[in-house]
Amino acid sequence: MSKEWPLWEIFIRGQHGLSHRHVGSLHAPDAEMAIKNARDVYTRRNEGQSIWVVEAAHITASSPSDKGPLYEPSESKVYRHPTFFDIPEDVGAM
Amino acid sequence: MSTLHDFALRMGDSTLILGHRVSEWCGHAPVLEEDIALANTALDLIGQTQLWLGLAAEEEGTGKTADDLAFLRDAWDFRNALLTELPNGDFGRTLMRQYLFDQWHLLMLQALQNSSEKRVSDIADKAVKEVSYHVERSRDTVIGLGDGTPESHKRMQDALDYLYPYVGELFTPDAVDAAATEAGIAPDLASLRAAYDAAVSETMAEATLSIPDSRFAHKGGRTGKMHTEHLGHILTQMQWLQRAYPGASW
Repeated sequence: MSKEWPLWEIFIRGQHGLSHRHVGSLHAPDAEMAIKNARDVYTRRNEGQSIWVVEAAHITASSPSDKGPLYEPSESKVYRHPTFFDIPEDVGAM
Repeated sequence: MSTLHDFALRMGDSTLILGHRVSEWCGHAPVLEEDIALANTALDLIGQTQLWLGLAAEEEGTGKTADDLAFLRDAWDFRNALLTELPNGDFGRTLMRQYLFDQWHLLMLQALQNSSEKRVSDIADKAVKEVSYHVERSRDTVIGLGDGTPESHKRMQDALDYLYPYVGELFTPDAVDAAATEAGIAPDLASLRAAYDAAVSETMAEATLSIPDSRFAHKGGRTGKMHTEHLGHILTQMQWLQRAYPGASW
């Protein structure tokens, strides 16, 4: 077994109402310590309201070589962008 | 000097010297995450020092500042607990020292939140949040290393054996402490011991470490009667710039 601490991906929510955003990664022996380390490494300048940690090994990522089948089909489908509707002024920003 | 002055000086000198000690790890900790965490702890302690020594300087009333007190006094004028000036040793010993101090610090600050002196309770209100985190962190590390590998366990037991004789001073009041208690500024130090022992016993049990039986206590730091030989060495590092270039600022 490796003697290195596992890698954790850190997600921080900056303000209420926003989503957690990936801010980086760090090493820690367990989830509790990962939260403490995240507090010390990533929230020193008052960035956070809430911290999520996920062990990097538990993240399944898409493969860069699948780029074609994954993303190209949507390039030619402009009608999926809701830009063809007239939005009334008083709706505001969408 | 007033009782409040003496009391603030004791608090401020302990946070100053420990803060400086912990800052010695900056750039040297075993992993980056711990390095930053230790630096944060050191900065919290130095921040608290500014408040305590600021209060002491104000009470002294001779126009001195917290900086003057930190950088222009010699070893015999310092009133920090001996525990805070002991050398870092290895990472485990540093964290053991931190835990033994943090646990006392937390109980002390919680009691000081009820101080009759508003300037004291204001400092305690601010510091208690920082120190609650310090103790959470140092406690977890003591448990992790104590209940870790045979090597880390041995190092933590050695650290506890070495440091424990310096714990008693934190709970041994002298005339200054008695006056502070009398005035309602600070709690009776001895009254914090039961809660401290309960918390430390629980932590050490979880860490599979044995607390030494002897209650022998090295004393003399908080009264200024006798520091260890280590304090002078800290001051040569901490004060050299102001000594070599008096009044230098940036």
